[in-house]
Amino acid sequence: MYGKKVKLRILFLFLLFATIILSVYLILKSLEENVVYFISPTEIKNLTEINSDKIRIGGMVKNKSIKIKSNKINFIITDFKNEINVSYSGSVPNLFAEGKGVVAEGYLKDRNYFNAVKILAKHDENYMPPEIKEALGEE
Amino acid sequence: MLAHQIGHYSLILGFFFSILIIPISIKNFNKKNKIIDNKIFSISFFQFFFVLVSFFGLILSFVNSDFGNETVFNNSHTTKPLFYKISGTWGNHEGSLLLWLLVLTLFIFIFLIKSNNQPKKYRILTLLFQQVIIIGFFLFLLKTSNPFNYLFPTPKEGLGLNPILQDPALAIHPPILYLGYVGSSIIFSSSLAAVVAKHISTVWAKHIKFWILVSWIFLTFGIMLGSIWAYYELGWGGFWFWDPVENVSLMPWFCLTALLHCILVLEKRSTLSSWTIILSIATFMLSMSGTFLVRSGILNSVHTFANDPERGIFILIFLFILILFSLIIFFLFHKEKDQKIVKINWSSKEASILFNNWFLMYFLSVVLIGTVYPIFLDVLSSEKISVGPPFYYKLIIPFLIPFLFFMSIGPNLNWIKSEIKKIKTQIVLSFVISLLISFVILNQIGFVGLINSVLILVTFYLFFITIKDFFLKKFKNYSQIFSHFGFSLLILSILFNSILSSEKTINLKVGEEFSFREETIFFESIESIKNENYKSIIGNFKIKDKQNNFLQLKPELRIYNQPVMITSEADIKTTLYYDKFLVMNLVKDYEYFNVRYQVKAFMIWIWISIVILVIGGFLSLFQRSYEK
Repeated sequence: MYGKKVKLRILFLFLLFATIILSVYLILKSLEENVVYFISPTEIKNLTEINSDKIRIGGMVKNKSIKIKSNKINFIITDFKNEINVSYSGSVPNLFAEGKGVVAEGYLKDRNYFNAVKILAKHDENYMPPEIKEALGEE
Repeated sequence: MLAHQIGHYSLILGFFFSILIIPISIKNFNKKNKIIDNKIFSISFFQFFFVLVSFFGLILSFVNSDFGNETVFNNSHTTKPLFYKISGTWGNHEGSLLLWLLVLTLFIFIFLIKSNNQPKKYRILTLLFQQVIIIGFFLFLLKTSNPFNYLFPTPKEGLGLNPILQDPALAIHPPILYLGYVGSSIIFSSSLAAVVAKHISTVWAKHIKFWILVSWIFLTFGIMLGSIWAYYELGWGGFWFWDPVENVSLMPWFCLTALLHCILVLEKRSTLSSWTIILSIATFMLSMSGTFLVRSGILNSVHTFANDPERGIFILIFLFILILFSLIIFFLFHKEKDQKIVKINWSSKEASILFNNWFLMYFLSVVLIGTVYPIFLDVLSSEKISVGPPFYYKLIIPFLIPFLFFMSIGPNLNWIKSEIKKIKTQIVLSFVISLLISFVILNQIGFVGLINSVLILVTFYLFFITIKDFFLKKFKNYSQIFSHFGFSLLILSILFNSILSSEKTINLKVGEEFSFREETIFFESIESIKNENYKSIIGNFKIKDKQNNFLQLKPELRIYNQPVMITSEADIKTTLYYDKFLVMNLVKDYEYFNVRYQVKAFMIWIWISIVILVIGGFLSLFQRSYEK
């Protein structure tokens, strides 16, 4: 028979591994449910199906596309190949302007229409988020 | 120009001294005597002194707007107020690394002076390990990010400091945070030295506790300052966004907090030594990788930092070498004391500490995975994702319940073992009180979900237990009581803040009004004021509540001239019960303003509770180690 100490050690190690496996499983599972994918307008056009997951869309705000009402802002995000209409009510950052980069988070209604729940922008005039750069195919 | 040159040469001189320390310490290490050579003290002092001179050289270059210096040119401007010229010194990559180095050299000097009751071998080894880090930083600074690069011809005007960094809280936030980060380097070197010198003991635990506390205090305070800044400057009205850059400061905090408790077990029960060392190594590695992730531009965040791959690779290699080096030392030299297993009883103080260490490690892994997973996925599959707050809420909030429970019970248990029967009626009584209070509150505000309700209950439990301890345990362990009380208050404020806050966003023209709950908000007028380095547009808003009381709020838009950038300055009316937070943004042209009005419940209590938490840590510095 094994001694009491050895048994305790084995129990301890077992518990340790069980908790580690459990927490890693838990983390990865909710990661799967909670990630937000970043998509460009062109990729949306090529989607085979529209699901209800939250996504982020990035690109440029098209010139002369911003329309403001008291409770709503409508505008168009373009990657110069394709574009998508965005409807949004909520606060906008100061860098939100026509001809400037933008990232909108929200839900797709169909291939041409996007309901945004959050608009993100970066603080620096000269700085463009890497995602937008890539979506626009720039260096 | 003179300040610039003095700064540059003294940095090189400092590097020379930091290399000189190594052969001298090795020679001293092999001598039989028990005292450290005075030469080592003086050279260590010179090392610090020259870095200090270099740092002042850089500050002076900033103050004099010496645009012949590339760092000054990139980050300063003649019209900037003096205060921000000075704080601009560490508001950029090069300057902030010089600050890291300054604190590194200062801390090792203080360590040498303060540790004279410790064995010589251990002190010299700590010095040597610390010098490895210092030399690494010297090389990094001189090779990839020298703050003293010349520009010729000298430009007439600088590029200016990012306006969102022109803020008092953010001027002192990096130095404070760095004191915490760098403090962990001493813990790292010292625990490795203690392993090699076979000095892991109660005496060592008592001595290193000081450094752990100091780093913890600065780190906590530094995180709070950053959080306050984000609250009023970024205009979203929140205090924590689970942004990657915020997360990297939280990760070493979890580690350090675990270490802070673990060292108590080592001190009292001389067990958990391996765990203590692993935590010491991990804390410093997380601080270093924090700097790496932030400064390399890998993280896409709300904060803007220059992106330079060469720098990232240097830190990455340096980090890798340090990890490898510390692991080798750990496995080669570390032996558990004669394999004597100190039995840990379930109902003892050390068991609670161990449980909560595990929970802290779990929280750490959640934040770690949430922060680095997007980076890995991007590298592996070039898919862009982001991990939002729901991920963290879902994984952290439920586990706060057992965590808070052990936090309440733990301090009331004895070391080694306590009898379950003897656990006093007060503890049960506190539970009944918190049950009643939470029931009454939930009745008032309505049901908030099972997990939140239980969380409110256990947080109140911790709250009342610490109050009970404060009055009943006279003059014993006030630091623990204060910190735990502060933590319960923090969780309560965050909970009620998130449950009771409300907001409305609307696009408004001057002269219009809107109503929100029982208040009416008038947008009366705007006025424009010209300041030295920005123009400000101030909105006059009048808020009328149902008792016809008026409140004037004046949010501001600042249009900075160099660099050209618009920032919003929220106007906040703070009371003990709630913050009224009003911010406006510009949309398209001047006709419409995007106005966001928020009523944030118990906002000030979040800051107050962190201050109490820090005071607890501070008290611990002066408190005599308490008995069982």
